[in-house]
Amino acid sequence: MSQETILEVNDLRTSFFVEGNEVKAVDGVTFDVPKGKTLGIVGESGSGKSISALSILQLIDSPGEIVGGEINFKGDNLLKYNDNQMRKIRGNQISMIFQEPMTSLNPVYTVGQQLREALKIHRGLGKEAGTEKAVELLELVGIPSPRSRVTQYPFELSGGMRQRVMIAMALACDPELLVADEPTTALDVTIQAQILELLKELQDEFNMSIIMITHDLGVVAETCDYVAVMYCGKVVEYADVHTLFKNPRHPYTVGLLNSLPRSDMDQEELEPIRGTVPAPHEMPVGCRFAPRCPFATDLCHEKLPELEDVGDEEQVRCWIYTDEWDGDPEVKVYEPEARTAKD
Amino acid sequence: MSNQQVEAAPTQPKVENPRVKAMKDFYRRLKKNVPALIGFYTILILVIFSFIGPWMLSADPSDTDVINKFAGPSAEHWFGTDHLGRDIFTRIVHGMKLTLGIGFASVFMGAAMGIPIGIIAGYYGGKIDAVIMRLIDILLAFPGILLALAIVSILGGNLINVTIAVAIYAIPGFARIIRGSTLAAKNLEYVDAIKALGAGDGRIIFKHILPNVLSPVIVNATLYIATAILTAAGLSFLGMGAQPPRPEWGAMLNDGRSYMRDAGHIAFFPGMAIVIVVLAFNIFGDGLRDALDPKMKK
Repeated sequence: MSQETILEVNDLRTSFFVEGNEVKAVDGVTFDVPKGKTLGIVGESGSGKSISALSILQLIDSPGEIVGGEINFKGDNLLKYNDNQMRKIRGNQISMIFQEPMTSLNPVYTVGQQLREALKIHRGLGKEAGTEKAVELLELVGIPSPRSRVTQYPFELSGGMRQRVMIAMALACDPELLVADEPTTALDVTIQAQILELLKELQDEFNMSIIMITHDLGVVAETCDYVAVMYCGKVVEYADVHTLFKNPRHPYTVGLLNSLPRSDMDQEELEPIRGTVPAPHEMPVGCRFAPRCPFATDLCHEKLPELEDVGDEEQVRCWIYTDEWDGDPEVKVYEPEARTAKD
Repeated sequence: MSNQQVEAAPTQPKVENPRVKAMKDFYRRLKKNVPALIGFYTILILVIFSFIGPWMLSADPSDTDVINKFAGPSAEHWFGTDHLGRDIFTRIVHGMKLTLGIGFASVFMGAAMGIPIGIIAGYYGGKIDAVIMRLIDILLAFPGILLALAIVSILGGNLINVTIAVAIYAIPGFARIIRGSTLAAKNLEYVDAIKALGAGDGRIIFKHILPNVLSPVIVNATLYIATAILTAAGLSFLGMGAQPPRPEWGAMLNDGRSYMRDAGHIAFFPGMAIVIVVLAFNIFGDGLRDALDPKMKK
């Protein structure tokens, strides 16, 4: 990596043990988060993106378990930390915001009381100092008349407001890394744009790194600097956002982009990715995407490809880009029409 | 949106304290349920009366008047007198504090033990949960009065031991209710969110889960007070609880039992008192359940 990274995830594996079976939700995930940049993790439901995020903060509940790998945060492997050390990291150096702003706030406490929690846990701030800081934080996330808002209960706020409060809570202790787990999925598009804009502003202001987990490629184009595409618990492609949209390599990424509606072309119908995601207990032995891949050969069905470097800061998990590729050589230079990521 | 756009807080209209508002809202809903309201006021009057009543009456509950024994209700002895000529009304008023005291104290003790047990079982789950809940099941396997009898026989018969026995009998109910609600509450997103902020287990359990699971406990406690009063009176009736000459209602009922045919009022009035208190708590508890149920909110 050419630039300073704040978080390096290496071969992370998280499994769920249900009735004696191991379900590998995250199976050898590797990615880096550069300092002050945004990494997007994209994938469909069940691809392991949320579990990866929760694993970073070690918030996996039984029957889930992190079974291997490394999570290096500023050089220290978080997986070697005990519970106490982890608690000092959570909400302090790494924060997280969740998908459902409607249920992510405790209904029995006021906004102010909840904002004071992190400040009390990590900074030992009392009621008055905490309230002052809470007002400051609400102002920071763009909530009008913050002084009266601190005495309100979550049910008195709208969804967008609540997500702003969640962001304020996450930012209370100036974290260096913010993990945003589909922060805008539950919001309507105008509010979504505002929240993304807010996150971007805050990132610039505090030089914070963000992991943006989403299934929405529009959000990725809007906010991310780098993107990791996940499929069935594995990263299939890692690239910077421009390269990913302009020159996607993995057939899955290509398929995802092809299935998007486009405003610059007349489209009769959208082109879906054929087939369905394999069930977790009957994963193919070879490439996970092989059963749905239009280019798959016997090699793809038999052996799992590694995540290989294919260029500067670009990695892809696909046989097509290796010397062993035995299929149509034309596929290698297959390039969909140039796409430009929105800036 | 940027900070510049944030306007300075305008002078806000005086916001009503949300707790006060919630209480008012609760009372408004309770008011719609007339029997519950009657139960509530009956309890309120009884509690007040149990404190000021003994002070208003001149007679001592243990004063005997052998000449007037077995006297029926009259202007002088409202509820008549018993086999020793003691004024039954005076005794009932003095006994009220005992009866209500046992009810409240045993439920309080039972909740104080049952709630932490249930919340720990529910929150940690797994083996801890299995062990705790099997112990609770063992407690539940005994019929209530039998368990209380056994405990009182071990500890010895007096009012404090009766309270303890009834409290122990109350633990499983509280533990199970709290465990169930905790199981639901611990998977809610705000628990994850607070965990992601670095909160420890103690803070999560007692500050964030407990207040959200208390409302079924309040209902259960109210209904359980009625059971506790009944059980305590039952123990006293069997001679295991309050000892003579204490004016405990169950014990008074037992005193009157032998004279049922000739002087029914000796057993009738303490019996009636028990019925009224138990009924009041039961209908109030039912009304409370409806009033605290968010689904019934209109």
